[in-house]
Amino acid sequence: MLEIALKMLFRDRAKYAMLVCGLAFCSLLMCQQSSVFCGIMMWTTATVQNIGAPVWVVDAKVEQANEVIPMRQIEVERVRSVHGVAWAVPLYIGIEQARLGDGSFQNIQLTGLDTGTLTGRPMDMHAGRIEDLRLPNAVVVDQVAVEKFRRKGITIKLGTTFEINDKEARVVGICHVNRSFLGQPYVYTTFDRAMEYAKPARKQLSYVLAGPVPGVSNRELAARISKLPGLRAIPKEDLFWMTIWWYIKNTGIPISFGTVVLLGVIVGIAIAGQTFYLFVHDNLRYLAALKAMGARLHTLAAMVLLQAFSVGFIGYGIGVGLAAWFGNTVLAKEQPPFFMPWQVPAFVAGVIIFICSFSALIGLIKVARLEPAVVFR
Amino acid sequence: MSNLAVDVSDVVKSFPAGDTRTYALKGATLTAKFGELLMIVGPSGCGKTTLLSVICGTLKCEEGSLTIFDHDLRRMKDWQITLFRCVNVGFIFQQFNLIPTLTAVENASIPLILNGVSTKKAVQRAGEVLAEVGLSDKLHSYPAQLSGGQLQRVAISRALVHEPRLIICDEPTASLDAAAGQKTLDLLKSSALQPDRCVIVVTHDNRIYHFADRIAEMEDGRVIGIYDDPKDYHHA
Repeated sequence: MLEIALKMLFRDRAKYAMLVCGLAFCSLLMCQQSSVFCGIMMWTTATVQNIGAPVWVVDAKVEQANEVIPMRQIEVERVRSVHGVAWAVPLYIGIEQARLGDGSFQNIQLTGLDTGTLTGRPMDMHAGRIEDLRLPNAVVVDQVAVEKFRRKGITIKLGTTFEINDKEARVVGICHVNRSFLGQPYVYTTFDRAMEYAKPARKQLSYVLAGPVPGVSNRELAARISKLPGLRAIPKEDLFWMTIWWYIKNTGIPISFGTVVLLGVIVGIAIAGQTFYLFVHDNLRYLAALKAMGARLHTLAAMVLLQAFSVGFIGYGIGVGLAAWFGNTVLAKEQPPFFMPWQVPAFVAGVIIFICSFSALIGLIKVARLEPAVVFR
Repeated sequence: MSNLAVDVSDVVKSFPAGDTRTYALKGATLTAKFGELLMIVGPSGCGKTTLLSVICGTLKCEEGSLTIFDHDLRRMKDWQITLFRCVNVGFIFQQFNLIPTLTAVENASIPLILNGVSTKKAVQRAGEVLAEVGLSDKLHSYPAQLSGGQLQRVAISRALVHEPRLIICDEPTASLDAAAGQKTLDLLKSSALQPDRCVIVVTHDNRIYHFADRIAEMEDGRVIGIYDDPKDYHHA
């Protein structure tokens, strides 16, 4: 009878197409929007991901990775003095202004890496060598800088120069890193040179990056460092999630995307639920005939469930497939942000299962209440 | 085994109508024998279809006794009645009730599939039965592509395919013209009626009364007359 159920579904092309389209659209909407949301959240943690240090030490008042409260450089030594610290290096991160050859300006995210170790260096170099950062006035720019400068008519290549706060910067490398939330290009240099590029201030240390000795976990080390007055040490994973949760709690981003995802659910329930109800309703007479001919309720229920979940499965596949295609297309351009962890398709699958169950339930109630004698009326 | 296929006695069936109940059957009594085509006739609203529904177990009666093939339907549980129907009853409905998205052969194969026969064998057997009723060239046609007479032949094939012992027909000629109606009853009598089977037809189409072996006349929820010769009913 399940084969019969599928034939009844697939051959009712108008309703079948409408059901699949409704669920596909619903899946696409939820999957695409959730993935863009995850992509934005990944952007907010770009610095943490790009630098990749195990433990981040910040001012005690810092709540998330993009919030920089400058510290005194002496904090590096204080951190190094903590038992269990294998290494600790300074990191500068600040928004600066770069002046291009044609006189136009571009905000950049200046990242000053520890001069000796270059800890937090970009891993994916498209051109040049990161070690060349130690050369005079050397900077390494990311793919966003290349793209943004190109829009302004300047082609960035090795040897290109521009100014950061009136001081010359010469490109010695081009790297590929995760984009920052605000979209400013990352410009890497050494910590010492970053101090020269940055506007003078009493406190200029953004972070202290630290690593534990073998046998000490990141969390344990962070706890020990946090005992230092005025400092807060956060393991990389915690800082990643703290940042994401900060953006979820303090910005309208989740509400905006959540509304669209909710719309997807409503559209799914409205279109799929209503169409499936109509589908069952239109077939009620035939289901009653089957009941009269000896089909038991569980057989009819299995038929209705199979029909509901078949369209759900197909619609889900098409929707998630389209979202993946969209993601694949935009990933090449890196805009809009797109990140589809396995939880997104799993969440969408859960919603589709709910919609299908809801739709099937409405149909099943009809079928359960069906008097087989209705076929004689 | 009794020679009675159906034995209905003093059956009462009512339906709620607001605060009161409307009695569709008020003590109907009827028997049908193996090997006979029994017609239940009477004016609209006299309870013919309700009696038919009670006989095949799609409606439960409130009082009276109901024995089909020596099985007391009133003592059976719902699932047992459903199973009983699945094996023993073939249906021919007034509106055919053929599933529009299934072909003729797929429609006709349904009772076999419900009885656990594999789809492949069921379709093969349904094809044979359809060929017997002259529809070998329409096996893969959808109901929308068939005429009224052809639809009824598909419905008859569906009713016979699993070789049930009781065949229930509700106004089988109501949707057909006179010629198609005559052919349908011809076919029904020749292919459905066998010594171990019983065919019960509810109708008010007097053009087909002569096909009946016996006629039961109903009025106001009761069987008021049994005619062993259809001509007697015409003259009554």
